[in-house]
Amino acid sequence: MDIEEKKNKNKKYKPILEGIPDWPVYKLSKNRKEFIEEVADRAFKRVKEVRPSTKQLIDELEATLYREQQRMKRNRWRVDPEDEPQFWAKVKEDLSALSTKTPEEQEPDANEILKRIVHRYSDEIAGNFKPSQYRFAREVIKFWFSRLLNGARVKKFGAFWRNQYTLRDKIHIVGKVKHLRRLARKGTVVMVPTHFSNLDSILIGWVIHSLGLPAFIYGAGLNLFNLKIFAYFMNSLGAYKVDRRKKNMPYLETLKLYSTIALQKGAHSLFFPGGTRSRSGMLEKQLKLGLLSSTIEAQRNLYLESQPGEEVRKIFIVPVTLNYNFVLEAPDLVEDYLSSKGQDRYMPEQDKYGSWQLIQFMFKFFTKGSSISVSIGRGLDVMGNYVDDEGNSIDEHDRAVDTRDYFITNGQLSIDRQREDEYTRMLSAKIVKEYHRINRVFASHLVAFVAFTMWQKRYPMLDLFGLLRLPEEELYLPYDEFRDTCKRVRKQIYRMKIENKVNIASHLKGDIDEMIKRGLYNVGIFHLKRPLLRNREGNIITRDLNVLYYYHNRLVGYELDKFIGQ
Amino acid sequence: MNSTSLSDSKPVGVIGAGNFGSAVANLLARHKPVLLYARDVDVVNRINTKRDNRGHKIQENVTAINSLSQIAEECDVIFPIIPSAHFRSVIQKLSPHLHPYHILIHGTKGFDITLPRKATIDEMDNLNRQQVKTMSEVIREESVVVRVGCLAGPNLSKELAAGHPTATVIASPFNEVIELGKKLLRNDRFQVYGNNDLTGVELAGVLKNIIAIASGALSGLGYGDNAKGLLISRGVVEMIYLGRALGGNTKAFLGVAGIGDLVTTCNSSLSRNFQVGHQLAQGKTLQDILASTDEIAEGINTVRIAKKCADFYKVKAPITNALYRVLFEKLTVKQALEYLMRYPLNVDIDFLDK
Repeated sequence: MDIEEKKNKNKKYKPILEGIPDWPVYKLSKNRKEFIEEVADRAFKRVKEVRPSTKQLIDELEATLYREQQRMKRNRWRVDPEDEPQFWAKVKEDLSALSTKTPEEQEPDANEILKRIVHRYSDEIAGNFKPSQYRFAREVIKFWFSRLLNGARVKKFGAFWRNQYTLRDKIHIVGKVKHLRRLARKGTVVMVPTHFSNLDSILIGWVIHSLGLPAFIYGAGLNLFNLKIFAYFMNSLGAYKVDRRKKNMPYLETLKLYSTIALQKGAHSLFFPGGTRSRSGMLEKQLKLGLLSSTIEAQRNLYLESQPGEEVRKIFIVPVTLNYNFVLEAPDLVEDYLSSKGQDRYMPEQDKYGSWQLIQFMFKFFTKGSSISVSIGRGLDVMGNYVDDEGNSIDEHDRAVDTRDYFITNGQLSIDRQREDEYTRMLSAKIVKEYHRINRVFASHLVAFVAFTMWQKRYPMLDLFGLLRLPEEELYLPYDEFRDTCKRVRKQIYRMKIENKVNIASHLKGDIDEMIKRGLYNVGIFHLKRPLLRNREGNIITRDLNVLYYYHNRLVGYELDKFIGQ
Repeated sequence: MNSTSLSDSKPVGVIGAGNFGSAVANLLARHKPVLLYARDVDVVNRINTKRDNRGHKIQENVTAINSLSQIAEECDVIFPIIPSAHFRSVIQKLSPHLHPYHILIHGTKGFDITLPRKATIDEMDNLNRQQVKTMSEVIREESVVVRVGCLAGPNLSKELAAGHPTATVIASPFNEVIELGKKLLRNDRFQVYGNNDLTGVELAGVLKNIIAIASGALSGLGYGDNAKGLLISRGVVEMIYLGRALGGNTKAFLGVAGIGDLVTTCNSSLSRNFQVGHQLAQGKTLQDILASTDEIAEGINTVRIAKKCADFYKVKAPITNALYRVLFEKLTVKQALEYLMRYPLNVDIDFLDK
């Protein structure tokens, strides 16, 4: 069953910058060498600033070495360079040689070791954008997507080669599209989408291209580069590498500075601020502050480095939510979540999905009707104020604000890291609020939420884990009761939509039975065990309560459970 | 912070020329020129000509003015010290003139409430944090200023004016604000501490007013120091429970703004809240007491709001409940005390375990 979007404004957008040589990401990669030097240089200074004495520096280097050795011993990946063990062995040797020297002699040597390390990190992180590869990758993706779509949809011989359907029919982009295009011309855009699936980065890449925006740079988990096919596309789409195994301070500082300096140079960027994919299926509540803080730092540097009277390029944060009926990895994600919540143990990041599963999923995705929608939010400045189409910041009382003023003390621009940490927290809270506001409720989200919450309220004595242990056969809901509850909750969602607290997909409206039918059909559509369905008597039942819990979580945080009775 | 910059000669602003406002203006005047905003033009003139306000001798360095826009234009740092009932409306008027470079440090120990239209507080069965805001939250809501802080501690205006030794806490999530506050206020009789838990410190300052009224009531009944010891120790526990429900951390309540301020107000007949309790115990009604003074005892409103919050968040708050019934439901202080002494709550301390 296909879901028709009422106002499908999906048209094609012209590129805002004609030639790839004008793209900031291209300029960045053309001067890749200098850029890496600059990042390494700044990272060196930054680490020295945080660890001013030689003793502190050596301690830090030793901690870094130890962690790297542990990582290599326990968790090596295919993508890791081969000379890695030698590099760290040399660091170890040089570090132990330090112990025989006087503090004065130690300093230059320790500095040199640090330089070597941050330079290696900077080189490792840096992306490798090549226009020819980019064009090629783009064409390949477009070609295969439309082959899949047409071959699957139009069931005629030869339909495989037609161009009747395009991705635009499958993916609905709603929200502030024009606004985003204008901002990308005015300043530097940082797109911050929610993160539910490994598909997200490809999806967002396509969205960026189809909106006529130049390629964005983004930090992709190094684990993705283990898959050769992914690595190729990632590299060509402007990705830089983020290795979540490396938690040592020099690495984290280098990574942050990479992003900061790229932003300063005007490279549009993409962050998944939630860090990894949402394990629980909830909208992100807590964001990773590290990368987010680089937006604030970059904006501050742009102000600091500007001449008086010069117009300063602004950085705009654009929240985006991705709304799915179905998340391929849901069963594993929720299992992860539950086991970590049940007992607080460390979970190594691992992906069970190879290239084959991905292709399978793609095929299912294109053959069965289940659309994805991407909501683009209004742009914010780095302090979380809305901006207008011209990029001017506007406060909640519709008055103009000068973002520069946030960095001024005593009449002068100043650097205050503690202040900026606090600003980062404020920005993070604002983005989370925007996610909830622009999140589009699908019929499938609603039915999942209502069904799970009704079951939860039937067993008030059980905690989450107790509930999930109940045998699925025991759980059913009479249809009429379910229907009435859906209606009540939907009414509240309408009310919240008017208050601008949430957004809805147009298919949520209309006849309630139809809406429920649509929701049941689409919720977790491709899972082997369906999370929600009707049995022969017409009652609502589940085959997989864990997965239902995952989909239900999408609407947690709106206080909708008050509208669901016993 | 660059101390040689030109703007260092900029004056510091104080909004509100009440007792505490005047005392703070005088403290600031030791380091900087001060602009003191008063709503009443007569007060402005009196301060500027006679250098006198409410019995405070106002320093030469202080200039009284009547324009909020002038304060915002001339000062980067402003101390709003306005009764909580007017706080929001004053900030609303000030807001169009404020910029993100402004730093606001308030000295108001009260709550702000926003009710649904046409509702009165008496009609509300309970109140939650959507409706009850601290002063720093009001500043954040009504203006673009983000660098916000508060002043709290044992700061009886009369003793400050007389130069007795004491201390204050500047609370703010921003170290910059704390450092600035220290620089502006500190002198050899006035110690300034810093705390990053702004909400906690604000709540401590507000909630202690409840216990101050109770302390006044005990003294009005003629009871001595055992009773006071009991009240203060149980009072702290109650403040912590309420404070945590409203978003503060335990620590703030154990510092200068919590216990420090509490012990002071519970022992001092100079405190207005203490006075209210004292008169209640002597049989006066709330109406009589309110009619007899033009000064505002924040504690009365605090009791009303805190009681309804305790109901919403299901916090045990026997002292607050008892006072609520005395103030608004015609229970006598004696009956309230009997109720409290029979209250079945007998674990001494259980808030440090978690």
